Amino acid sequence: MERKTKINAEDGKQELHITREFDLPLELLFKAYAEPGIVEQWMGTKVVKLESRKHGSYRFETSDAQGNVVFQANGVIHEFIPDRKITRTFEMENAPFGVQLEVFEFERLTDDTSRLNMHVIYESVALRDQLLKLPFAQGINMAHNRIQEIVSKLK
Amino acid sequence: MNLRRDVFQAIADPTRRAILLLVASQSMTAGAIASNFDTARPTVSKHLQILTECELLEQEQNGREIYYHLNPQKIKEIGDFIEPFRKMWDDRFNKLESVMKKYKSDK
Repeated sequence: MERKTKINAEDGKQELHITREFDLPLELLFKAYAEPGIVEQWMGTKVVKLESRKHGSYRFETSDAQGNVVFQANGVIHEFIPDRKITRTFEMENAPFGVQLEVFEFERLTDDTSRLNMHVIYESVALRDQLLKLPFAQGINMAHNRIQEIVSKLK
Repeated sequence: MNLRRDVFQAIADPTRRAILLLVASQSMTAGAIASNFDTARPTVSKHLQILTECELLEQEQNGREIYYHLNPQKIKEIGDFIEPFRKMWDDRFNKLESVMKKYKSDK
């Protein structure tokens, strides 16, 4: 079974699809999105609030080693159907990326495997493309910083 | 964070980007490449080594000389800016999978 994460981002559209097959029963995959303590473990962020129900809301916050807050995001849950579907908004705080609508569909493949289909809709094509390029830009910045760090040690 | 030999690290350096541009038009020896830079020859060799390690450059033996040329397949990977985004999600989902496997075995 191919478990590689697939991204489908068609040119000129303000949406994208992320698909991934898991070597996990459906119930466990869903639990990973529903329980704050578990979300914290794999997302690597503090879950300040997560009300896993219709009209519930959530808030994430990540701090660096010095305790400075480096990432904050929040949203509201529009639909919460256990083991099937979560529809929610997602917004990064203090960032110019707007709000995105996220539809998660959880699918049973076998007793021990499952699939997640994630459909993300952005405010505009430009914003989607900008967010897609973010990890690319960060990767280059990180390499830059790393090289600078090494060079300054050599001096 | 480990210093990894990937294409994105390779192109983060201005000298290495200049080397790629030079070699894009024709295969060149290390000496010919170095003659285009004021940098010391060993520094250029180090850059060539990094570019070769991450497979952006390929070596080709021609008589007693080694020529460097671009690896178009790898260059294409740079153009594929979505790959780091995909990798970010892939890493995140791998983490999810391992957390849940542990969760299951702990029960």
